[in-house]
Amino acid sequence: MATGLDTDKANAAIKEGYTAIERFGSRRVRNWTIAVVAILAFSLWAVWRDGWDLYFQRIVDALNNGFIYAAMALSLVLIYKATGVINFAQGNMAMFGTYIAWVLVYDHSFPIWLGIIGAMLISAVGGAAIERVFIRPFDPSNHLAIIIVTLAWFIILGGLATVIWGADPYAFDTPFPRNSHFDLLGARFFYSGLGTWFTVMAVLVLVSLLLRKTKVGLAFRALSSNLESSRLVGIHTGRTIQFGWALAAAVGTLAGTLIAYKTFLTPTFMGTVLIYSFAAATLGGLDSLPGAVVGGLLIGLAETMIGGYIDPIGSDLALGGALVVIIVVLYVRPTGLFGSKRPERV
Amino acid sequence: MSTAVGTTLLNVEDLWAGYGPVQVLHGVSFNVSHGEVVVILGANGAGKTTTLRALCQMISTRGRIELDGAQLVGHSTTEVVRRGVAHVPQGRGTFPELSVHDNLEVGAYVRKDKEMGADIDRWFTAFPRLADRRNQMAGSLSGGEQQMLAIARALMSRPRLLLLDEPSLGLAPIIVQDLFRRLGQLNADEDITMLIVEQNANLAFEIAHRAYVLEAGQMAISGSAEELRNNEAVRRAYLGY
Repeated sequence: MATGLDTDKANAAIKEGYTAIERFGSRRVRNWTIAVVAILAFSLWAVWRDGWDLYFQRIVDALNNGFIYAAMALSLVLIYKATGVINFAQGNMAMFGTYIAWVLVYDHSFPIWLGIIGAMLISAVGGAAIERVFIRPFDPSNHLAIIIVTLAWFIILGGLATVIWGADPYAFDTPFPRNSHFDLLGARFFYSGLGTWFTVMAVLVLVSLLLRKTKVGLAFRALSSNLESSRLVGIHTGRTIQFGWALAAAVGTLAGTLIAYKTFLTPTFMGTVLIYSFAAATLGGLDSLPGAVVGGLLIGLAETMIGGYIDPIGSDLALGGALVVIIVVLYVRPTGLFGSKRPERV
Repeated sequence: MSTAVGTTLLNVEDLWAGYGPVQVLHGVSFNVSHGEVVVILGANGAGKTTTLRALCQMISTRGRIELDGAQLVGHSTTEVVRRGVAHVPQGRGTFPELSVHDNLEVGAYVRKDKEMGADIDRWFTAFPRLADRRNQMAGSLSGGEQQMLAIARALMSRPRLLLLDEPSLGLAPIIVQDLFRRLGQLNADEDITMLIVEQNANLAFEIAHRAYVLEAGQMAISGSAEELRNNEAVRRAYLGY
């Protein structure tokens, strides 16, 4: 009996070994292995060339940017899930919201946190209004019309901000202790960066809870899964899409106010951030909230690492380098890293 | 709300509807009584799906659609659903990225009472295969399971009238038989009134009380299921013998 059991165990182990080998042969495992090996090789080379401290510092800096891209990508994904299009106005909506925060903080002496939260609320109302007046009249399946509307708002908000506040840069403080920091494992951590990390993670958790646990969240998920059926169960689709726009506008404004202390505030300051966030959202799969965050972090890393270590590229071409990485990933995984493949059987 | 079986639940008179400039329905009239199963037969393009979409006010319509005497034309789809019309569209219309449980929960979206949990349990008992898969994404179910889910989801709104658009489409014959048996049971046991649009006339007649034949946007023939089954034209066109 005992030997019988042992043989069974041995057979099971052999079988497991075979399936592991088979799985290794599968495309997916091979791709992941290639990705991990490539990243490890790059890291070893980077540490060998410029030392550990610089390597680790660059990762920390990359994540500071990455979390901003993540927050912007989150807002893009929310609108994509609601309307099925990329919102080209998202960057300038965030820019405009940041100016509103600036007005609240520096003209009306709001404490900075209160100014940011106030600007988020005003942005939410603004996003809801844009949806109501300029998006809802169109058939939701007419994506081209909606894209044109978002392009129009990209231009309108940019022009409006220039008219109101001019093109000169405004300084906007970080809500976190500005220059205090600590050193860990050779890298310098600024509280302003860490504060951004935790704020964006908290926003991801809050938005996820909102979508999972509330009735409007259920309606939102239903709508992004099947528009026609969500009408047939009595969901007020217009109001639900509006909820997505409001939420996205607020999250975008938060991202703008968190990065403005580094970039200064101008009518175009969110332009580059938006491009990186497009890339991040695409990489994450466009309809996945965690995907947006992971995509944002990866884009931040690709930008800093490629620009930092590959000398001919430098910071000017970093954006191009990051986009090449995305093209490669999308070539292998067309739905992005976390995008739903719509497991549909009919 | 329990109205005597036999009184008119849905009364449609001179219904015109279409898509943009294209008129599909040219003055359709029919009715459904409380507790009845009524089938609308018709070839492709006759306007069967359009009729159901018009009932739900998903397309622009003219004419009269009365549910227990109250006019539905001119109301939003949300309002029509709220008043007790549930629609299982062609191709199931489940929410593929939502779990089976969430699909049922969203089916009760217009309800404001506190008995939703009890209703979910009830339909899980009636459709045990769905209960086994309650946390699976709806998109991963088989075609037959998705159709069951679509029906259970529609029932979650506690409808007065259940509309089914070609429920047999794309399902294996044995699954279709099981489906119609269940629909017959739902009508007999739960007293659910149904309006079914079908091409599979044989099975539909098994559970239908009355039937209409829609041709080119107008009702061409109507009568009891028995009468239509024996009608020469219907037999040749829809029953295939």
